[in-house]
Amino acid sequence: MNARSRRRPVVLMAAALLFAGPSGVAVAEDMPGVTATSIKIGQTEAYSGNASAYGAIGRTLTALFKSVNEAGGVNGRKIDFISVDDGYIPPRTVEQTRRLVEEEGVSFMFNALGTPTNTAVQKYLNMKKVPQLFVATGADKWGDYQRYPWTIGYQPSYRTEAQVYAKYILKTAKAPKIAILFQNDDFGKDYVLGIKDVLGSQYDTLVVKAVSYESTDPTIDSQIVTLQSSGADTLVIAAIPKMAAQAIRKVYDIGWHPLEFVSDVSVSVGAVIKPAGVEKAVGLITGLYGKDATDPAWANDPGMNEWRAFMKANMPDADLTDANYVYGYGVGLTLLQVLKQCGNDLSRANIMKQATNLKDLEIPTLLPGIKVNTSPTNYHPIRQLQLARWNGKTWERFGEVISGAGS
Amino acid sequence: MIGLLHQILSGLVTGGIYASVALALVMIYQSTHHVNFAQGEMATFSTYIALALIEAGLPYWGAFLATVMISFVMGAVIQIVLMRPMANAPVLSSVGVFIGLLLVFNSITGWIFSYTIKSFPSPFEASRPLLGGFLSPHELGATVVTLAVLVAVYLFFRHTKLGLAMRAAAFNPVSSRLVGIRVGHMLALGWGLAAALGAVAGMMIAPVVFLDPNMMAGILLYAFAGALLGGIDNPAGAVIGGFAVGVIENLGGAYVVGTELKLSLALFTIVAVLVFRPNGLFGRVLVTRV
Repeated sequence: MNARSRRRPVVLMAAALLFAGPSGVAVAEDMPGVTATSIKIGQTEAYSGNASAYGAIGRTLTALFKSVNEAGGVNGRKIDFISVDDGYIPPRTVEQTRRLVEEEGVSFMFNALGTPTNTAVQKYLNMKKVPQLFVATGADKWGDYQRYPWTIGYQPSYRTEAQVYAKYILKTAKAPKIAILFQNDDFGKDYVLGIKDVLGSQYDTLVVKAVSYESTDPTIDSQIVTLQSSGADTLVIAAIPKMAAQAIRKVYDIGWHPLEFVSDVSVSVGAVIKPAGVEKAVGLITGLYGKDATDPAWANDPGMNEWRAFMKANMPDADLTDANYVYGYGVGLTLLQVLKQCGNDLSRANIMKQATNLKDLEIPTLLPGIKVNTSPTNYHPIRQLQLARWNGKTWERFGEVISGAGS
Repeated sequence: MIGLLHQILSGLVTGGIYASVALALVMIYQSTHHVNFAQGEMATFSTYIALALIEAGLPYWGAFLATVMISFVMGAVIQIVLMRPMANAPVLSSVGVFIGLLLVFNSITGWIFSYTIKSFPSPFEASRPLLGGFLSPHELGATVVTLAVLVAVYLFFRHTKLGLAMRAAAFNPVSSRLVGIRVGHMLALGWGLAAALGAVAGMMIAPVVFLDPNMMAGILLYAFAGALLGGIDNPAGAVIGGFAVGVIENLGGAYVVGTELKLSLALFTIVAVLVFRPNGLFGRVLVTRV
């Protein structure tokens, strides 16, 4: 191929841009879901189903965008946020996402919940070049910018989190005997991989037992019994809230006292610790990146006061110990920054460009020292964690902020 | 060896959950010859009513009794309003209604009470776990309640006129009507009792698995397996079947097929029973004169 024929499309595109100019028709074609006064954003959320505790995130985002609209919107545009229930069931996610993209004509999808659910629509959205922004799942694969340039994650990946736990385990115990309880899907398996990343060839000797559960299982008692009989002294629980609460309670009830880690998706005091029993969770360790509402350290924190004021004004009946409300507020603010950076160019390409150009963004609900950073080759916005221990009243942070690999 | 014992114990505890739901399934089958797929969701709904009553200030057993009665009325009303017009419809139509009810109850529960996981109080709570923590006072209490309900159901069907009339109404509506049994009343009564049993099961299960609108989704499947294994027309068989499924599931999951195939094991049990002993291990062979 010679240089001339390669250059021709560029010349044509430049010409097209010149002639199209800023006319309304061209704008509408380039910016689906966007009008002069509004932008349509879609989300699928688990308002029902086994993961329904996360429905709080969708409700927070709806309230946040409503309050932003009342204050005039972003760059003069109101946010038309369409958040629909998929019940955490992938086929329903596909159906609802297609409806949002093809019938509602949303500009992009934002913070859709769940690993299996987002996986089910990732190919479709990338094929259609619809941004799949800040998905509410920590699977590592959302950072795969080469294969899926239209998909970007948000929170530290599960794999990063597991790496941090494994590093801590190796630091505190000479010959740990590790047991892993994981959900039998990408979410749970990321923890197994993360621990493997750190332990390497020692994995087979140090991990004495790893058992899975299905998200449809009524109870996980049997798995906990199996793990205990393996003689393990360390337990990593990679489970969604309902199962995590059951696991924490069962471990306590059978008189097992392992060094116990729980996945960051199940740190909500309201949805996990309280149902399990606050005293039964004492000693539990997790990795945090956001401020916990029950931590007295943030009683007078300006960032958390901002969140509290928002909750009081917009969601007065919500349980303020539920970490999902803090999460929803934080990820919502991140999106608002992206929209601000976009200015008046709300084409899908520019939205993706701005989402991958966040520089040291400080979110009031993130821990001090943890900042949002993205680039065209870094699709893992948050890559830092600080360990915290449940002391019966709150998550007590200890140690430094640890940066994961972020792969 | 200790591990095996613990697996069996924990299987019995889970089996107790299945048994209590299986019992409600048997109840409705005995009195209507249908299997109600919405049984689980109705029980969940009842459990939320109980929680609402407790939160409103009623003592536990007061709320318990009130819930059982409310559920009874709810079940009877559903039969009268929804099922009675379907009396002469094919079985498939009833199945359609059951599935519809399942979806309706699931959504209504979530809509009214929210989908957030809630803890549910237990009347048997004590600070000290029993048997090294492999049995909690609640689990023991719930098992006793299940067995008590079983005895009550057995006595009711075997030794009361009403129970006999209900069985007759389900078995042969035409002949029953001829001997003066009010078949319609009996069916409504059956639905009411099944809903009441479901409510008891829900209130016993919720402290163990936590209360959310989908609490029963997985449980119902195992309960079906238990009811079929023991014989869907035999209360005692269903209870034994429920316990057996709990233990089989645990031992199979821990030592044989692995945790990935636990649910498949329950489904396999259903299929195997239907193939080799269609009436269950304790069920009677039904002979109908044509």
